[in-house]
Amino acid sequence: MKIVVCVKQVPDTAGGVKFNPDGTLDRGAMLTIMNPDDKAGLEAALRLKDQYGAEVTVVTMGLPKAEEVLREAMAMGADKGVLVTDRVLGGADTWATSTTLAGAIRNLEYDLIITGRQAIDGDTAQVGPQISEHLDIPVISYAQDIKIEGDSVVVERQYEDRYHVVKAKMPCLITALSELNEPRYMTPGGIFDAYKQEITVWGRADLKDVDDANLGLKGSPTKIAKASDKVRKGAGEKVSLDPDESVSYIVDKLKVKHVI
Amino acid sequence: MDFTLSKEHEMARALFKEFAEKEVKPLAQEVDETEVFPRETVEKMAKLGFLGIPVPKEYGGQGCDPLTYAMCVEELSKVCGTTGVIVSAHTSLCCDPIMTYGTEEQKQKYLVPLAKGEKLGAFGLTEPGAGTDAQGQQTKAVLDGEEWVLNGSKCFITNGKEADVYVIFAITGTVEKRGRLQKEISAFIVEKGTPGFTFGTKEKKMGIRGSSTYELIFTDCRIPKENLLGQQGKGFNIAMHTLDGGRIGIASQALGLAEGALDNTIAYVKERKQFGRAIGAFQNTQFQLADMATKVEAAQLLVYKAAMAKATQKVYSVEAAKAKLYAAEVAMEVTTKAVQLHGGYGYIREYDVERMMRDAKITEIYEGTSEVQRMVISGALLK
Amino acid sequence: MNLEEYKGVYVFAQQVDNEISSIAFELLGKAKDLAKDLNTEVTAVLLGAGIKGLADQLAEYGADKVIVVDDPELKDYRTEPYAHALSSVINQYKPEIMLVGATAIGRDLGPRVSARVATGLTADCTVLEIGDFPLQAVPGQEQLHNQLLMTRPAFGGNTIATIACPYNRPQMATVRAGVMQKIEPIKGAKANVEEFNPGFTPDNKYVEILDIVKSVAETVDIMDAKILVSGGRGIGSPENFKILEDLAEVLGGTVSCSRAVVDSGWKPKDLQVGQTGKTVRPNVYFAIGISGAIQHVAGMEESDIIVAINKDADAPIFDVADYGVVGDLNKIVPKLTEALKAEIAAAK
Repeated sequence: MKIVVCVKQVPDTAGGVKFNPDGTLDRGAMLTIMNPDDKAGLEAALRLKDQYGAEVTVVTMGLPKAEEVLREAMAMGADKGVLVTDRVLGGADTWATSTTLAGAIRNLEYDLIITGRQAIDGDTAQVGPQISEHLDIPVISYAQDIKIEGDSVVVERQYEDRYHVVKAKMPCLITALSELNEPRYMTPGGIFDAYKQEITVWGRADLKDVDDANLGLKGSPTKIAKASDKVRKGAGEKVSLDPDESVSYIVDKLKVKHVI
Repeated sequence: MDFTLSKEHEMARALFKEFAEKEVKPLAQEVDETEVFPRETVEKMAKLGFLGIPVPKEYGGQGCDPLTYAMCVEELSKVCGTTGVIVSAHTSLCCDPIMTYGTEEQKQKYLVPLAKGEKLGAFGLTEPGAGTDAQGQQTKAVLDGEEWVLNGSKCFITNGKEADVYVIFAITGTVEKRGRLQKEISAFIVEKGTPGFTFGTKEKKMGIRGSSTYELIFTDCRIPKENLLGQQGKGFNIAMHTLDGGRIGIASQALGLAEGALDNTIAYVKERKQFGRAIGAFQNTQFQLADMATKVEAAQLLVYKAAMAKATQKVYSVEAAKAKLYAAEVAMEVTTKAVQLHGGYGYIREYDVERMMRDAKITEIYEGTSEVQRMVISGALLK
Repeated sequence: MNLEEYKGVYVFAQQVDNEISSIAFELLGKAKDLAKDLNTEVTAVLLGAGIKGLADQLAEYGADKVIVVDDPELKDYRTEPYAHALSSVINQYKPEIMLVGATAIGRDLGPRVSARVATGLTADCTVLEIGDFPLQAVPGQEQLHNQLLMTRPAFGGNTIATIACPYNRPQMATVRAGVMQKIEPIKGAKANVEEFNPGFTPDNKYVEILDIVKSVAETVDIMDAKILVSGGRGIGSPENFKILEDLAEVLGGTVSCSRAVVDSGWKPKDLQVGQTGKTVRPNVYFAIGISGAIQHVAGMEESDIIVAINKDADAPIFDVADYGVVGDLNKIVPKLTEALKAEIAAAK
């Protein structure tokens, strides 16, 4: 079985968000990590590899620095890494990103493609399903459990109040939730081995069956009209009283606002 | 001269740090309080190869360099000194001498399971009457047919009761050196469970309280002849060479403790307010922190230099001694200052710096006291 | 693509088990505002099996027209038949705007359809309005009017971006549940109902549903609560949530919590407010023992009134609270419950 896993290098928002003086995000000052949902997707692939035997290829699109997440994935146990990087691919929205990744994946053999549900920087959850559309294969989003049955996958697909047990013929694309599993750690030796391996680097010319009109900033249908640090509603009153006075204060406010 | 770490080392550090934060830190206080050996953590580390970092892959290890190993002990010790010394004693004092002096059979039988973490290792040199003066040994080994018979005891043994494989030193005879009779010391590999090998009392310690420190007792303990490690009579050299490596491990532990205390203190002085402002806004605090950070970095450079020396040089005794001497003294100084900057909170167990200060003290004592390190360093200077 | 051909504001009217989801009504409420600005109609797209009877409800909540695709293939949600149905509707009717709920269904359907009809999709929007793109006229670039401007948080709520889709149609957005306001239903309102069936030919993309397992936990949805009493790590223990439950009971409210509480295993995930939990906008939100990490604030700052109780005077929660009380929650909350009980009894 051949599994392709798409991963993204993202700023670690949990480690504190840093801003430039002009209010824009200071990406350079923030640590980067492998997107958590993607890491769960990779772990799912590695478990399938452990269980059924599989070759796991990790694909990322990004700046040359994104090579780090491929090394990390390989140190966890992935077999190959593909970095898709090119200046003309920059500024891509989800449409252009999914077009690019689909163009890269067309060069690879696959039975299963696993992506994370969403990235913590964009939170869109779009790239996975869009890749499946470009490749004309079924998608099962929000996977909370994955099994292989012959030439099919059987997946528990999560919804708000239920889950569906869904069966699909491979090739198929699955989007993984970070709740899916607890990703394994790298091993020290795995890290050094990962850095000894060759990483495949592809640019625009290596993408298969894609139109320039659908790539990068120019090929993105959505355009940013405005971006800013979030403006928050101002602070209201703050009091420091003894407990009885605090209670009276709250009761009075709720009365004024006709809550009681 | 390039002081930047390679990408591999950076990533390895990130791994150790993540593991320490997620798996070790939450248990550190409990391990100290209850003095219970963190067996589950050791099993997790075994699974990830942390117990065989510098051991070649063909012997079940990770095939990494001593620097990677030092960084592992450093990151673990940042959050838990106990966990740091467990890895250090196992790797430096048990895996390393078997890797260096063991026969192929010994390596297959002992090193492979040790490096995979299936077995834990320990080292027995110190005796009640033979600490710094290793020549004061009393434990004897006598060859009786196909077996060595051990009699005597070892004390203050790290990983004492928890280990499975022990490198033990004993007197196997006397030799004449420069006209004087000297004890001939040899090294042996002893397995737990060998008849005649029992444990004495568990030591109650000031710090690293979760590490299992026991007395080992040998009473007509018979081990196979082939468990002699290295040549007969070369035990003293084996012990000294092993301790050179061990000192890099302990230096890394000391470094980690100092770094952990510094990190905790930086966070604390930003939060803690006195006289209406954060205590980090006072110049005394700032200057203390500056001194602490500078010494910590100097210690790190010495420790990493010693680790690199182990990778590239045959003899690295002086580098290891300098690293251990300085890192241990910095650990004691920085943790003490950290407690002081925490004020009353630094003295209570809810705050980690209290434990770190107690843990730091041992780094000036074991695997060669600071005085021994000074002897090694000055001995090389005046040679 | 002739952009002029695309007219009308369309809403994907999600239904599950032949019951229209609340998000559909919320989207209709917003669609009505947008349609008014554009001087056009609101159309609901209703997909399912045996669902024709639901069209009137959509009319009551503001749909002028309802397009119904009723086919057995659409009984339970599966990506392919739904994507085929919705993209066929788009190709046939050419809407100017297509709104989809950012639900577990919509966040799967939306991207698949947007890729099929080759347009942009903006995810998880919290504000939708009609305006110009670029916002300010730029020399050398035509300023387009009557564009859908879609505003959404990113980076865990740390930044906010306004996005347009000026050169492709429809302009598609998924919208977070609980953000848009539904209208008061107009009883007896009727819509122009049109049936449309693009035909369904199962292929490899039609996955098979082997089983449907519904969650047993029948908890109140915190997104529907008018009053939320929310606790954070400061509550100290799962047992101590009792004092919040007592307060909630007096006010007829519901207890919710912060991520720290869920991570500690004190409360289930479906009570979590915040970026990785639910977005709530109750009339009153009590933040008790919650420090107010940005991820939490992103999920509750639209509440009408925010009351915060925290012992740390510097807690960021006070930056968004209307009424902040610095003090010990264990002393204040039980007394507050008693005081409110007395007030409510006196008012009767």
